[in-house]
Amino acid sequence: MAASAATSKDRQFLAVIGDEDSVTGLLLAGIGHVSDGPDADKNFLVVDSTTETSTIEERFQRFTQDRKDIAVLLINQHVAERIRHKVDAFTDPFPAILEIPSKDHPYDPEKDSVLKRVRRLFGE
Amino acid sequence: MSGAVGREAVFPTRQSLGLMKNKLKGAEIGHSLLKRKSEALTKYVSIPITISRYILTFHLLANRRFREITRRIDEAKQKMGRVMQIAAFSLAEVSYAVGGDIGYQIQESAKQARFRVRAKQENVSGVLLPSFESYLQEGVNDFGLTGLGKGGQQIQRCRETYARAVETLVELASLQTAFLILDEVIKVVNRRVNAIEHVIIPRTENTIKYINSELDELDREEFYRLKKVSGKKKRDVAAADAEILAARQRAAEEQAANPEAAAKTPSTKEEESTDVLGENEDNDVIF
Repeated sequence: MAASAATSKDRQFLAVIGDEDSVTGLLLAGIGHVSDGPDADKNFLVVDSTTETSTIEERFQRFTQDRKDIAVLLINQHVAERIRHKVDAFTDPFPAILEIPSKDHPYDPEKDSVLKRVRRLFGE
Repeated sequence: MSGAVGREAVFPTRQSLGLMKNKLKGAEIGHSLLKRKSEALTKYVSIPITISRYILTFHLLANRRFREITRRIDEAKQKMGRVMQIAAFSLAEVSYAVGGDIGYQIQESAKQARFRVRAKQENVSGVLLPSFESYLQEGVNDFGLTGLGKGGQQIQRCRETYARAVETLVELASLQTAFLILDEVIKVVNRRVNAIEHVIIPRTENTIKYINSELDELDREEFYRLKKVSGKKKRDVAAADAEILAARQRAAEEQAANPEAAAKTPSTKEEESTDVLGENEDNDVIF
């Protein structure tokens, strides 16, 4: 618990994996961040029908495991569906993973990893 | 059930009895403390909801049952769906006003995050709960919206809508994080409570019972032995007395029959004293 408390202080960015509209809107809100240095790292990923699942997995891995400055990862639910096993397997408190709806895909609470976990805890 | 948990491997001595009694007392105190902690946390789980008051304006905190959480997160997420829908709609308005796709331009112009979060920590019964708080980083000039000649007003409105939506999301995220952490802690605490209740306390009680029965057994043995010893002593004393009495009688008879034997009296006394010594020897052998 102490370790997570220490690291949570440095987490100040949001990250987003989603379709173009979601990413655009969230960037308009001002969450976009591109790190300095030669290997400029964006904190957002636009997913469309041509995006490889492996790319999504790789970015998900990067946002959740490698980068220590991300507090909340927003991910479109239909994108989360494509890497569901990874989302299900991720149980750490940081970063918080939030499945959000997209324009074309309304939100379905049945699929949400966190809600699934909550339900399992209550034995429902 | 108490037979199933067995007992600890200790020697049945008074010292270990004292140790076990202390251990039992400690376990009981620990159990009640942990139980209270678990109850406090379980109650608290519903309180992080307050942070999401934007999402849950219509909810009173009257009902603080743990199970409520699921429903509330559920509702919060449904509400999030609506908020995101509104935001998406305002983005569509922008596209319409601008008359083209602005996605690419916006992605390219993102440099420094203006909208950031900071994690605050709250201590609840010794559990550090993070809660995210969104803030706007000063001095970050995002976009400048170069090249977006038309629809500036719509874009401005869209930005505000999205900023509000993201705030909602951040609050939901901190609610979710708090829930996950608390849930983990509650599980651990409950596991400890159960371990103390069903393993440590019965086992310690068993050990105490065992030590007590062993000590009682030792007591009985000791009592029996002492009785045996005193019985034997009594018998010995009686035998010695009878012997002395017989010797005296013999001496008296001899004296009566033969008065010169009076000179021998000291030797009889000597005999008596050796008898006493002999009895002591006997005692030594027994002990």
